[in-house]
Amino acid sequence: MKGISKEFSGNRVLNDINFRLYPGEVLGLVGENGAGKSTLMKILFGMDEIRETGGYGGEVLIDGKKVDFHSSEDAIKAGIGMVHQEFSLIPDFSVAENILLNREPQRYSVMSEVFGKRLNTIDSKEMQRRALKAIERLGVALDPDKQISTLPVGYKQFTEIARELSKEDDAEEAARHSKDKDAVADASSIRLLVLDEPTAVLSEKEAEALLDAMKKLSAAGIAIIFISHRLQEIIEVCDSIMVLRDGEIIKQVDKEEADVAKIANWMVGRAVKSERVKRDTSHVSDEIVLDVKNLRVDMSGEKVHDVSFSVRRGEIFGLGGLAGQGKIGVPNGIMGLALARGDVFFEGSKIEMNKPSSPLGAGIAFVSEDRRGVGLLLDETLEWNVAFSAMQVNGKFLKKFGPIHMRDNEAMRKVTEEYVDLLQVRCTSTKQKARQLSGGNQQKICLAKAFALEPKLLFISEPTRGIDVGAKSLVLQALKRYNEEYGTTIVMISSELEELRSICDRIAIVHDGGIAGTLDATAPSEDFGVLMLGQVKEA
Amino acid sequence: MDTAVIKEKASQALKSFGLPRLIITLFLLLLFIIAPLANVNIASGVSDMLTRFGMNSILVLAMVPMVHSGCGLNFGIPLGIISGLLGATMTIEFGFTGFPSFLMAILFATPFAIILGAGYGLLLNKVKGGEMMIATYVGFSSVAFMCIMWLLLPYDNPTMVWGYAGTGLRTTISVEGAYLGVLDDFLRIEIGHLAIPTGTILFFALLALLMWLFLRTKTGTAMTAVGSNPVFATASGVSVDRMRTLSVIISTWLGAVGIIVYEQSFGFIQLYMGPFNMAMPAVSAILLGGASVNKASIANVVIGTLLFQGILTMTPSVMNGLIQMDISEVIRIIVSNGMILYALTRKQEASR
Repeated sequence: MKGISKEFSGNRVLNDINFRLYPGEVLGLVGENGAGKSTLMKILFGMDEIRETGGYGGEVLIDGKKVDFHSSEDAIKAGIGMVHQEFSLIPDFSVAENILLNREPQRYSVMSEVFGKRLNTIDSKEMQRRALKAIERLGVALDPDKQISTLPVGYKQFTEIARELSKEDDAEEAARHSKDKDAVADASSIRLLVLDEPTAVLSEKEAEALLDAMKKLSAAGIAIIFISHRLQEIIEVCDSIMVLRDGEIIKQVDKEEADVAKIANWMVGRAVKSERVKRDTSHVSDEIVLDVKNLRVDMSGEKVHDVSFSVRRGEIFGLGGLAGQGKIGVPNGIMGLALARGDVFFEGSKIEMNKPSSPLGAGIAFVSEDRRGVGLLLDETLEWNVAFSAMQVNGKFLKKFGPIHMRDNEAMRKVTEEYVDLLQVRCTSTKQKARQLSGGNQQKICLAKAFALEPKLLFISEPTRGIDVGAKSLVLQALKRYNEEYGTTIVMISSELEELRSICDRIAIVHDGGIAGTLDATAPSEDFGVLMLGQVKEA
Repeated sequence: MDTAVIKEKASQALKSFGLPRLIITLFLLLLFIIAPLANVNIASGVSDMLTRFGMNSILVLAMVPMVHSGCGLNFGIPLGIISGLLGATMTIEFGFTGFPSFLMAILFATPFAIILGAGYGLLLNKVKGGEMMIATYVGFSSVAFMCIMWLLLPYDNPTMVWGYAGTGLRTTISVEGAYLGVLDDFLRIEIGHLAIPTGTILFFALLALLMWLFLRTKTGTAMTAVGSNPVFATASGVSVDRMRTLSVIISTWLGAVGIIVYEQSFGFIQLYMGPFNMAMPAVSAILLGGASVNKASIANVVIGTLLFQGILTMTPSVMNGLIQMDISEVIRIIVSNGMILYALTRKQEASR
């Protein structure tokens, strides 16, 4: 095995990536969300989506030979195993069954003579033996008879890795049964294992066990590509580290040269292009307007365990952090859209949890990160979209006939036209359906909807996700102007740190369902990087 | 190039009008054109059509609120009809006559409609996404349950109970002497063969107007938003479950009123399996009118009921005149079930 080298070019997501990997080497791959890590691994693994989206440039070489995988099966045959972030296990099957799924050792029986191979019986003893063998190689105590659904997440992860390892045994088995020498050579065993954020869901102890297992595998000559956001782990286990940012390799170093702070800086520290705009902060007072204490939110993928923070009247407060750490859960929990517990005080009075009308009535508005799912009535006119919330919450755009409140279409049209002008929404008329607008213009409509509520506090979640650069700056400008003109307090949640730093006054970084720390927006980006990776900085 | 533009416009117009609606309209026109050949009087044909329109339109109108709130088509309308039947039998039991008996029937039916509708609404809130299937079963099972109840309830008015036993309601009960024709005969217009049941149509117009106004109130707007995007509505502080329950109650009540209006024109109260077959024609009429599973307007109700009932009245008379064979039932089944099938397969398209 001469090592793997691999390059790409002419791809926007990944630009001219070159690296080699030697047998037994552990390569740590780090980078921000969207830096291109997953894409790179998908190419390596020959996933369908890569080919469907026009293939890739450059070439992948294994043992000095150019390979071109047409599917993941080809990649598996070439000895590449991949453990995905999401589990692909069958919960009601045992560990052994999951490890050897669809590759079960079979025994010949009378029935199969009559009805063919499909009626071979499963050799459960042999299955047990092979599952155990794979588990032993990992060096963990895992009972092959346990049902997957009863296991803690860490052990599920081990099961996945054991499955990749057991494929090697398959090759041996095949070789043993086959008398043809060539077949033995062809049946290659696993040589490269890709672990995509295997420790993200693990507790510290479980992660430790996994790292030990990785070291064992590496000693056995299996090369590993390890993707993680936990830099400490990366430094501990990897031989070399590759930092990816915006589809380019920023740095490739041996572990001796790296430390957490350096890596963090490489990851986020893009040459700060966008100058921080001057802010008029005269309207920011010291009065605490929003006080969140011990907020706990149960939102899939964005769990919040214990978040406390307070926001001053008139400021723009940022909530940052990596995806899946819980920052999105915070506004959704406060606004009653996800199951939440905790104490939230707004202007001194308590906001009821799990009841959207309570925060809305208190004057809090929310622009959701899920524009199409939560933010818009896609099949209704722009007028409906802009005016609906204000109508329901504040009783605006209504004509009153005694106890009967009728919709005032004229007022709805007027206010919509106003915001269409103000935010430069590109649409044919205010009667157009929201579905027909582009992402950026839909986002502007969402903003208009929130502005129409005339909120005292505005939560805005991922305001620039999926919209082009022009619309992005327009949206940010509108927020800033709104904040300065009306003194509206804004809490902005974004994955893009630079965006937060460009308009916020203070930024809190959410990590692992809690607040890792709150910094002034002018703090150096390394400090933010460190917080995002969960390394709580000593005072 | 010009022809391309025309073609484009034509195909767009066709699309907005809907192919099935076009076919049915053309078919209905064809029936009217060949009616004289079959010795069928057009004027009496139109009268029949209008009478049946008056009888059925409120039942079709009952579909509107639930479609707006995203509960889909109300296949459970038999529940509303049962409330109406309870009201109708009670007004006769207590011996009301004339127009007051009509009002009392509606009044008696209202609490049943509200209670049954609320329960039905709670049930539908638990099965979001599968409302229409559950609704169908609710309709069927309530009919079965009432088959027992009609026998057991302590009615003893001799015009309604079985003659030989003295207990248990008959399958058909005449409303003569009670509210037969109270609406049909109100301001009735008769010119030769043409007769227009003005009162019934006016009553429908009144309810349709109220519905139209309701959908433009704050609550009505919220109801439409709930149907359009429940999460959006929640995020705007609207209680999705409450809106849905309200829509189910309105729909059930309209079903109750609808059957009473139907009876005043038809002349009989049909108990037992009577409500069983009322859902399909109402559902297919509104679909024929251009509604979809998640969008419906008053215009859909009017157009749909006219077309559907037009086909039903004209087909037998014209066909019988031409080929001496009764195929009206066959046509009715093909049109109503075919229409429902068509609409359900077009669910996605309609939401666009």
